[in-house]
Amino acid sequence: MTAIRNPAIKQRWEGIKKSWYKFSKNPVSLVGLFFILLVTFLAIFAPYVAPYPAHAGRVVNFPDANQPPSLKHLLGTDVCGRDVLSRVLFGFRYSLMMGTVVMSLVVLPGVILGLLAGYYRGTWVDTVIMRVTDIFLAVPPLILALAVCSVLTPSIFNAMMAVSLMWWPWYTRLVYGLASSLRNEFFIQSAEVIGASRFHILFREILPNCVSSIFTKMSLDMGWVILIGSSLSFVGLGAQPPTPDLGTMVADGAKYLPDQWWIAIFPAVGIMITVLGFNLIGDGFRDLFALEDV
Amino acid sequence: MTTLKFLGKRLVLSVFVLFGLSILIFTISRVLPGDPVRMALGSRAPQWAIDNLREQMHLDKPLYAQYYYWLSGALHGDLGQSLVTRRAVSSDIKEFFPATLELALFAGIITAVFGVVFGAISGRYANTWIDNTLRIFSYIGIVTPSFVFAILFMLLFGYILRVFPTVGRLGAEVAHPPVITGMITIDALLTGNLTAFGNTIYHLILPSVSLALGPMAQEARIARSTISDNLSKDYIAAARGFGVSERLIMFKYLLKPSLIPTVSILGLDFAGIIANAFLVELIFNWPGFSRYGINAMLNKDLNAVSAVVMVLGIVLIIVNIVVDLLVIWLDPRIRLGAERGK
Repeated sequence: MTAIRNPAIKQRWEGIKKSWYKFSKNPVSLVGLFFILLVTFLAIFAPYVAPYPAHAGRVVNFPDANQPPSLKHLLGTDVCGRDVLSRVLFGFRYSLMMGTVVMSLVVLPGVILGLLAGYYRGTWVDTVIMRVTDIFLAVPPLILALAVCSVLTPSIFNAMMAVSLMWWPWYTRLVYGLASSLRNEFFIQSAEVIGASRFHILFREILPNCVSSIFTKMSLDMGWVILIGSSLSFVGLGAQPPTPDLGTMVADGAKYLPDQWWIAIFPAVGIMITVLGFNLIGDGFRDLFALEDV
Repeated sequence: MTTLKFLGKRLVLSVFVLFGLSILIFTISRVLPGDPVRMALGSRAPQWAIDNLREQMHLDKPLYAQYYYWLSGALHGDLGQSLVTRRAVSSDIKEFFPATLELALFAGIITAVFGVVFGAISGRYANTWIDNTLRIFSYIGIVTPSFVFAILFMLLFGYILRVFPTVGRLGAEVAHPPVITGMITIDALLTGNLTAFGNTIYHLILPSVSLALGPMAQEARIARSTISDNLSKDYIAAARGFGVSERLIMFKYLLKPSLIPTVSILGLDFAGIIANAFLVELIFNWPGFSRYGINAMLNKDLNAVSAVVMVLGIVLIIVNIVVDLLVIWLDPRIRLGAERGK
């Protein structure tokens, strides 16, 4: 009874299996996948994996302060005597949260606007949407996010909102390019001729052809958003101490360089591993779908 | 002629974009919660002082009137007064901007030159150990935030090896050349002051390399993929068949067309460099526009923040137009296609 009856679903399943085969033949993507799974696992189970879970918060343990890496504290301790490893593991939670929240907020509006502007290319809809997009893209997202954060009370939540506010235009522009070339394809014209609704054309005909590009961009962007989030925290406009955010920890540890190098270096490595994982996977997708414009 | 037409069109669009950007940044600084006057004067300021400053900044008027005052001031070159330094924002920016421009141009040159060189080597020897090593390094370059590079370099070269200075633009022992452009390298060259020139280059290296490594890695990857793609094209095989030397193929037939995608993302790279300079200048205490901007943001100096964003918008628009012109010059398909009138 468990056999898949619907031939369409079966075909899709075959397609997924084939893609996975191609994806898994690429060692680079597999390394990326490994990093992401590792970081996600450590983030989710941080309270159980971390040797000193309490050290993620507001704890002072001065007798153990500034310990270099040892068996007791694998990555050393910071100036308050908190275990750096535990804080890095909890830091992964904030990095992944930053990426996930921003992506879930920006992709949908960005894609819908891009679809509309691309499909109605040359009309006022296109003009309005794309000119507004141009304005947002005129200045790097980091700067606009910094500007927004500077007027709000600094917190990780506000940092996520600020980055989201600045990130949707990248999806609009990507989907705009795809949709405006797809709309001249025969299958779209046929759908128009047989009287398919606009909704059907936008979301059932054009959108499925953009999914692989959107997906690839999302996995690359997870990395960039995490980088921007850590930059915001680094200057003090993102997560606030004692939140164990990786960017905040780098900024904090930088004060104690070069003597207590482990306080800043290990959180920095944490950021790098996370971003690297998403980048490698994104590249894997790009090769898999043979995309050039993402 | 058509290039001129293209330029004209771009300029008209740019004016529109800048107008939109001014509305955006005005909205951010005035509509979001938070009282700029309270921020400037502190929570213990007496009510009359607050009312005075509010009137002075036209904050007692409706929003559209505030925008009108702000925009007409900005068009006359008056970007308002810094709420922190109490000086005109425009003169602050004039003072600090050249330092950042110098840093960003230096980083941009490193990005373009080394990005293309490494990319070309990687592409030419694709899938050999040289290529693989370079690709691993380029991944590290891409995923490392430039503020981390800045901290690492400062630690390694500034404190441990002590080979590079870590603060400022010029050593205290060197006389500052007269300010002509504000960019010390150029001022020093113009006045023939080679000591100052050498010293400022020495100061530029660490911050500009920390800014350049990320975009450089990005450029190298793009150059690699275009060069290795183009290598397998028929025209290269034909050139080899005719017995054209490998060197000529590499430099004359391969490099120029392969540069097009590399050059066209330079504008994006430059934007990234200036954005990251907001953090790197803070670390190296580089007295530039970006450090001014980040300090304005940290101190909630709204006039300065709006001005910084607007100036940045103008600079990036100019950079992008220059990059587009470069691409037109490099790509005969665009150039000739436009001249033939399509």
